[in-house]
Amino acid sequence: MILRRLLLGALVLLAVTVIIFAAIEALGGDYATASLGQAATPETVAALRERLGLDQPAWVRYGQWIGGALAGDFGASLSGGRPVADLLAGRLLNTLFLALYAAVMAIPLSIGLGLLAALWRNGLFDRLANMGTLTAIAFPEFFVAYILIYLVTGTGLFPTMAAIPPGAGLLDRLHATFLPALTLTLVVAAHMMRMTRAAIINLLSSPYIEMARLKGVPPARVIWRHALPNALAPIINVVALNLAYLITGVVVVEVVFVYPGLGQLMVDSVSRRDVPVVQAAALIFAATYVLLNLLADVLSTLSNPRLLHRR
Amino acid sequence: MTKMQRRDAAGLSRRGLLKGSAALGAATLVTPWGAPLRAQPVQGGTLRIGIAHGNTTDTLDPAIAEQVFTQMAIQAYNVYLTEVMPDGSLAGEAAESWEATPDAATWTFRLRDGLRFHDGTPLTAAAVVASLNYHRGDASTSAAKALFAPVTDIRADGDTAVVIALSSGNADFPVLMSDYHLPIKPARADGTMDPLGTVGAGPFVLDGFEPGVRATFSRNPDYFKPGLPHFDGLELLSIVDAAARQNALISGQVDVIDQVDLPTVRMMERAPGVVILSLNGGQHYGFPMDTRAAPFSDNHVRLALKLSIDRQELVDKILNGYGSVGNDQPINPSMPYFDASLEQRVYDPEQARWHLQQAGLDGLSVDIFLADAAFDGTIDAGLLWAEKAAAAGITLNVVREPDDGYWSDVWMKKPFTATYWGGRPTEDWMFTQVYQTGADWNETFWSNARFDELLLQARVELDQARRAEMYAEMQRLVRDEGGIVIPMFANYTMAHSDRVMTPEVVGANWILDGFRAPERWWFAS
Repeated sequence: MILRRLLLGALVLLAVTVIIFAAIEALGGDYATASLGQAATPETVAALRERLGLDQPAWVRYGQWIGGALAGDFGASLSGGRPVADLLAGRLLNTLFLALYAAVMAIPLSIGLGLLAALWRNGLFDRLANMGTLTAIAFPEFFVAYILIYLVTGTGLFPTMAAIPPGAGLLDRLHATFLPALTLTLVVAAHMMRMTRAAIINLLSSPYIEMARLKGVPPARVIWRHALPNALAPIINVVALNLAYLITGVVVVEVVFVYPGLGQLMVDSVSRRDVPVVQAAALIFAATYVLLNLLADVLSTLSNPRLLHRR
Repeated sequence: MTKMQRRDAAGLSRRGLLKGSAALGAATLVTPWGAPLRAQPVQGGTLRIGIAHGNTTDTLDPAIAEQVFTQMAIQAYNVYLTEVMPDGSLAGEAAESWEATPDAATWTFRLRDGLRFHDGTPLTAAAVVASLNYHRGDASTSAAKALFAPVTDIRADGDTAVVIALSSGNADFPVLMSDYHLPIKPARADGTMDPLGTVGAGPFVLDGFEPGVRATFSRNPDYFKPGLPHFDGLELLSIVDAAARQNALISGQVDVIDQVDLPTVRMMERAPGVVILSLNGGQHYGFPMDTRAAPFSDNHVRLALKLSIDRQELVDKILNGYGSVGNDQPINPSMPYFDASLEQRVYDPEQARWHLQQAGLDGLSVDIFLADAAFDGTIDAGLLWAEKAAAAGITLNVVREPDDGYWSDVWMKKPFTATYWGGRPTEDWMFTQVYQTGADWNETFWSNARFDELLLQARVELDQARRAEMYAEMQRLVRDEGGIVIPMFANYTMAHSDRVMTPEVVGANWILDGFRAPERWWFAS
């Protein structure tokens, strides 16, 4: 079952490479014109194309790339010829670090808030939590980021530039990336919190919860012991979606905080038409979605004995 | 924003008044780098510069260094044959002196004694030949290739002299050798230069380079200019987002930023501890028309459009005052052969209407294809122009184009677009690259026999007065018959913390003191 999903996932990735390649072709221009910009002359463009093999037809270039990629060689960046794997490794680590940091803050926070909001639903706490998280999600993330920067500048508590010097320790990294991580936390918290709250409240009207209440179980225990296990499936799904977002969709936050992550690399590479890098980054993003969705499905199946022991 | 910008001599420094008697003492130094200073520079500290460019795909290849981050990085660890000084004069850098044959077609550069690369190997004529040859030849992809088109031969004459032969004379050739594309790097055994090599002979040694993020340098203790550089270290940081960049300066995470966002410049002016540095470097914004295509093929139409734009309004609103009005020709007042007698063209809808009538038109409706890739505020400038042009019976339809691919798909492809050019150190350079018939970057496809003839004559003319006359006529030709509307010159507007000290005269040939701020500036004690 899982194996079949993995195979399907691989097929999806293959399709993604074709779509990305076609999309870059459709954008027009290539590395030669994009990198030379206004300084391009027909002669230099032609020479650069010839050197990089960009003068060959699209399907030949795709064939060469996919052949290499299947053998594990993702090729070299068109600019400077650095291997794509080297180029991506550091950026990927940065992105994963920030995503993990934000997730560690956001997931307990939003699920906790969601549970409490369900417990005291329609009360003052519920309203305040809803208002706070919905406000945070309603603003574009760069605006949240600017507000945080505005509040922090002057206090000197946290740096507003998150570029980590090479060889920094874990504490330094956590300190330097606190503001972007907080921004992301604010941006994703509402979604998970609302989903937790809705899933729990939905269950609270079921007969078995009524039964638990009638036999005198305290409200907090009803939610924790009886409602939450049955609400896990939708919560896991929304957490997985948000995790994927934290890895793939944070380019704006990266730009505002000058954080060298994968998103910025991808945007830069698209604007330069550096196809091998775009392909590799797109593959990582696509794989993130495929794997996290698979993981979410596996976990929600595990959380539900009825699905686990289906006959 | 990629591309070429270039210079003019620095204007008179507004800080000139501060010059005290201490400066007179310093003026007795004999090297060109011993220019009068306000105070004795202090040694030490690491200069951190936040730069508005930088891309993950950047390399240190000088042939494609088309944005400020790589230009700064390459300049920091390399030397060039010649150097444009802050006052606009030309000095030798790796070259100690040069001379030409009377027809200005063969140039001999003599190298300084004892120059060494960071790895200790001597900088010889072979290195110069390898470095310059990299930009020539059919296989070259260098953006500086056009500069070398007239070069027929580059050879070493012993270890300390380089002879360069041109197919036709060029009195300005040594100036071209200061171009940022042309660092002198070590030659390999096969006589070529490693374009990505990190060894140079410049003021700083490259320690690390993360494309699109940062480059770090430490002081080169063996740099040949006495006492330079003043900083012990240099860190270039790419901060593309304008708010992040300005915030980094205000909160002290960087010491200098290369570009102030003009819409928010008033806030920077009020920020404590921040000094704004704004210089006219000849950078100009313009709207080229394809002079081969109707209706722009009629000079009356071109003149009507030139008269229908309110230049002062654009300087005030698009540049927030950090610039000056243009006169439809690219030579700015601080260049040597600028013709001050050329009358400034002003907004005159009546006159514009008259020109339309001469062209046999009651009114005019044209599309203009714009994107902010050309310069910040391009589209706003187009809309302001359209408002004003309406009074002259001209309907200007602003068509928004995507930034992405603007230079390859819109500029020089559509008949009426926007452009920007940096100043060039010489009139000849600017005119040859953009205004000569058939030039690669002749964005208006303008062809004027008289102009082309003057260009060739002026290039080899050694009589200053006659040269000035020729360049004056050429400026008039471009202004009155050319295909480009140049409404404004945009200053290079930078900012630095008040801990950073700058020399009395700051070079305006490029941004950041001609890319040489790391070498020329210092920290207050």
